[in-house]
Amino acid sequence: MIKLEHVARTFKVGGELVHGLDDVSLDIKAGDYISIMGPSGSGKSTLLNAIGLLDKLDEGRYLLDGSDVTELSELEQARVRREKIGFVFQTFHLIPRLTAAENVALPLTLAGVDHDEREQRVNEALESLSLSNRGHHRPDQLSGGQRQRVAIARAVVTKPVVLLADEPTGNLDHASGIEVINILEDLNQRGITLLLVTHDIELGERAHRIIHMMDGKVLS
Amino acid sequence: MHINDAIQFAFHALQGYRSRTYLMLLAMAIGVASVVLLTSLGEGARLYVTQQFSSLGTNLLIVLPGRSETTGGMPPVMGETPRDLTLQDVQALQRSRYVKQLAPIVVGAAPVSYQQLEREVMIMGSTASLFSVRQLILSRGQFLPEQEITRAAPVCVLGYTLNKELFGSLSSLGKWVRVSEYRCRVIGVLEEEGVSLGMDMGEVLIMPAASAQALFNINSVFRVLVETRSQDEMEKARQDVIEIISARHDGEDDITVLSQDALLSTFDRILTALTYSLGGIAAISLLVAGIMIMNVMLVAAAQRTAEIGLLKALGAPRKQIIILFLTESACLSLLGAMLGLIFGLVGNWVLQGYFPDFPFQAPDWALWAAVGVALSTGIIFGLLPARHAANLDPVLALSGR
Repeated sequence: MIKLEHVARTFKVGGELVHGLDDVSLDIKAGDYISIMGPSGSGKSTLLNAIGLLDKLDEGRYLLDGSDVTELSELEQARVRREKIGFVFQTFHLIPRLTAAENVALPLTLAGVDHDEREQRVNEALESLSLSNRGHHRPDQLSGGQRQRVAIARAVVTKPVVLLADEPTGNLDHASGIEVINILEDLNQRGITLLLVTHDIELGERAHRIIHMMDGKVLS
Repeated sequence: MHINDAIQFAFHALQGYRSRTYLMLLAMAIGVASVVLLTSLGEGARLYVTQQFSSLGTNLLIVLPGRSETTGGMPPVMGETPRDLTLQDVQALQRSRYVKQLAPIVVGAAPVSYQQLEREVMIMGSTASLFSVRQLILSRGQFLPEQEITRAAPVCVLGYTLNKELFGSLSSLGKWVRVSEYRCRVIGVLEEEGVSLGMDMGEVLIMPAASAQALFNINSVFRVLVETRSQDEMEKARQDVIEIISARHDGEDDITVLSQDALLSTFDRILTALTYSLGGIAAISLLVAGIMIMNVMLVAAAQRTAEIGLLKALGAPRKQIIILFLTESACLSLLGAMLGLIFGLVGNWVLQGYFPDFPFQAPDWALWAAVGVALSTGIIFGLLPARHAANLDPVLALSGR
């Protein structure tokens, strides 16, 4: 489903060229559960951003569902992100002035989904994450674990094919972290391809496949 | 994204930064209110002058001694000295078939006293015709009697204020008042009328033109108000007046004849231009408010970098980010404009309370223009911050950089 062929991404840091991704080739099947591990600066997040079409590639090809998305226009890449990819971030990235329900509805609002359908899908998403009674709360009225569950609800409300989670447990206590991973694994069991970036070896080893990275290269 | 969702998103954002939003609304409101108030002032001046001219009567020609001309050229070295208009000239004008009636006006200031009370007022010398030409109203008594124009009679009509100051609650009819070294019997009192074209009709004493000439020791008249028989005959009457006076002044064309319409349209043009100018000056404050909106939206884009990154991650293309930011600045300027309209109209109402004779009334075009300029300023100045936000790199933006 996701195929990277010799992709490279280089950054200029303090006048020096740094390889964020260096000749990376990957083949990820639909429904895979992959954790990406490695030390800081090894290229884990860069890989996730490239797969999420948030970052441009300098070299190589990226095929998503068989289509080359490398050379798509900005507008088309935005559409692919909107329709096929869900993001879960370490810092949740919830908009503080919106309620939990409004945060979850945001991708549907941007996609122009009608109010009634939006409300129905938001309620389903909140219910599936046991947040039905929290929809009207603002992020600052929720615990860390609840905020991340709201962020997961927002990521899945558009029914994406791949979920990209960048250190989703990084800002949570152990119990909340386990709870969030259980939710992500449950989503994976329902068919979503899951790519998880983590430093936590215990959590990382729960994946079906582990990708180790170092200096922008995939080691295994 | 639906437009109502974009508006709702904008309102959420504006509510999220309340103090900043209120300050921006205030800036825009002040700009719009100044446009409304200043154009009201200009339009009020125009309406006021129009009303004042209408109160002079209709089909009116105003004859002035002298003529506008440039002097000092070669030859003649000197311009002709215009002759005065006299009561004999006025008598000659009465013979024109286009003239319905006319009223000469002799003016000057003199002390008017009754017993120990004295007041310096404007003395107006005229004839019985002034009453209908100038559309005056009497509160009691009668106006100047119909008599030979050159006859000086010791009678006078008092303005409302003058009568009140000299006689209080006593009746003045039949009483003799002293005007400088002369005496005249009060035969009438004018109704309370207010100020008309700079002359306070309450503070005036009206006497026969010949009496006023004797009082001021002059032979000339200041103006002659000529009422023509119809509006269609105004031009013929004007020509006739010029020819009659010219014949009496040895062929010299030494008078100026103004028609009320010409004066009115000149004032109308000047005051309309004044209204536009005032509106233009006030619109500068709208531009300043627009620049403030740009500044605030740039700060908003900087403060909401992570949010913009998130919107991009959720699938919002550049165009959508621009629309969201423009909607925000448009909402801000439109709300500010509405608030400004309310401020301006309330301000008009308050001013109207203080100056009831002056018609404060913002022209319709000014209301539309103020809102239109406010909205377009908000959108134009919101474009730069919107583009800035849309061009942010999503990865850097998500990390808050």
